[in-house]
Amino acid sequence: MIDVNRQGEVWVFAEQEDGVLSDVPLELLGKARELADKLSVPVACLLLGAGAAALSEPLIAHGADKVYHVDDPRLGHYQATPYRKVICRLIEKHTPQIVLYGATPIGRDLAPTVASATRCGLTADCTDLQIGDHTEPNSDQKHENLLLQIRPAFGGNIIATIVNFDRWPQMATVREGVMQMPAPDKARSGQVVTCQADLADDDLPLDIVETHRQERKVNLKAARIIVAGGAGVGSRENFKQLWDLSHCLGAAVAGSRAAVDLGFIDHDHQVGQTGTTVRPALYIACGISGAVQHRAGMAESGKIVAINTDRSAPIFSVAHYGIVGDLNDVVPRLIKAIRGGANIEQAAQR
Amino acid sequence: MGPQGPLRLGAITVAYNCVVCVKQVPDTARVTGEAMKEDGTVNRSALPAVFNPEDLNALEEALAIRERYGGTVTVVTMGLPAACEVLRESLFRGADRVILLTDRRAAASDTLATSYILSCLVRKLDADIVLCGRQAIDGDTAQVGPQLAEKLSVPLVTYLEEMTAIDDGVATIRRNVGNGFEIVRCALPLLVTVMDAANTPRPPGARKMMKQKKARSQTEVAKAVAGEMPDASEEDRAAETKTRCDTLAEKGLLIEQWDLDTVEADLAWCGRDGSPTKVNRIQSIILTGGEYHEVEPTDEGVAALVTELIEDHTIG
Repeated sequence: MIDVNRQGEVWVFAEQEDGVLSDVPLELLGKARELADKLSVPVACLLLGAGAAALSEPLIAHGADKVYHVDDPRLGHYQATPYRKVICRLIEKHTPQIVLYGATPIGRDLAPTVASATRCGLTADCTDLQIGDHTEPNSDQKHENLLLQIRPAFGGNIIATIVNFDRWPQMATVREGVMQMPAPDKARSGQVVTCQADLADDDLPLDIVETHRQERKVNLKAARIIVAGGAGVGSRENFKQLWDLSHCLGAAVAGSRAAVDLGFIDHDHQVGQTGTTVRPALYIACGISGAVQHRAGMAESGKIVAINTDRSAPIFSVAHYGIVGDLNDVVPRLIKAIRGGANIEQAAQR
Repeated sequence: MGPQGPLRLGAITVAYNCVVCVKQVPDTARVTGEAMKEDGTVNRSALPAVFNPEDLNALEEALAIRERYGGTVTVVTMGLPAACEVLRESLFRGADRVILLTDRRAAASDTLATSYILSCLVRKLDADIVLCGRQAIDGDTAQVGPQLAEKLSVPLVTYLEEMTAIDDGVATIRRNVGNGFEIVRCALPLLVTVMDAANTPRPPGARKMMKQKKARSQTEVAKAVAGEMPDASEEDRAAETKTRCDTLAEKGLLIEQWDLDTVEADLAWCGRDGSPTKVNRIQSIILTGGEYHEVEPTDEGVAALVTELIEDHTIG
């Protein structure tokens, strides 16, 4: 671990693949800015890769004051060992106080590896990050201006606030879509610090033989309205009425993990902790029980309408409008009301 | 890791020793507030305990490797004495050897301390492949696997979907990378984390269950003896415990029980003292956002809802 350094920067790992930045670092930059401003320190990004220099620009535009850029062919494709070595060396040299990563397949591979090597603390899947104080229960010793790492735990039945007051840097991972991407400001300027990778060929134990990437066919994150179905829909055939409802609303269609596992809808449409996190203006949950892993993916939606025959279904606890009823009965009524026209015309005349 | 490495027959490697790290977890689908202690850590004994689901996938992967290539499957767990149950369940499915690491001084370990302790344990074994489930359903961090790999200084391959082949000590693995997959090759020894999609865990075998259901750890035997001989002296109880353990061991039914001293762990890196992350606060989920309107499942109710959503420009 490194010594507690109150002048330490707030770092964001700038995950990229083949020269394309993931959305998460940009989302994290917004939060990093907020945290860094409270601590009166700069925000910096770690950009590792091969031929990815151009990515410094969007990183600075989204809020980075500095980009530590490491360019090496051995970093062209992610694997744990070389990335870990480079990042640990940077941490030791520059002693940041906070390092944030996306909780993506890469982040969840890399962050614990770095934390283990640095022997520092790491909290996974944070849903919020704040700066605050902590008092040790046994000694009453107070620690100020720590990173409060907030996340659901224990199957989502509690919200825990985790701190790390002495094994720095304080590290956390955050899932995609949890933090809001700030608007870029092309006028922002920042410093690019070029760093050496210092790697050898035997720092790459994995031989990556093949990569198959599938473009996501559905962009749920961009949808303004989402109609989602769960196990309660009953079958892939019965999902058709949700597609019908989505057509009248100009909405996207999504499914809970249960619906995807049951084959009612494809994985690309999955909303939830292991799917996509969305925050549309309107989310209509049909036959979804609302397990915490699903709620984690949609609870920030502007308005939530829940339809379920079970009054005690947890989905109702996050809903703004709850309809206790059979979706096979309610969805047609919704379609009728929307297509009905009368209401829409009346509203348009006001 | 063991000095000898995989078993070689002439120039070819023929068998692999797999070590599977498993965890007994509270069934987090059935939690109530009574399960939490004041300090924010979990009162595990208050909940029904299960075999962490993805650890069963890891075990299945190890058993499949043994079936295909030969070798051994050792299952280890760090936990309360009651974690013996997952070791028995591992024996029912075909594990060759099981080890319980239990020690009060390991309590309240976060992932860093846990992976340190597990690394001390695994170092005592001769592992070619270490297998972990991707993540546990209580902590939900998916951190122990990667941290254990780093502590053992072995390559890490996460999200294993398929162990396609092991050719002469080199594994070919298909791994899930979120929006697709990768095929990687890596020389042993290595550590993998296994996803639920990788396989369907076999159920316990009837014959194995018949035999192994009598397997016990030393603590379990001592507890039984104390219950049956409440008035006996400590010496007598200890003697009886030893006799029973020896008998079990002869029949291959003694679950090895280790502690932090057995694995030569540095206590400064264990338990609460060895855990950089500390709980500041625990809150029960406050579920309702505040405003909640119940809508009647009638034409009128639904129409009124739609009108409201159109009027505030949510729809249309």
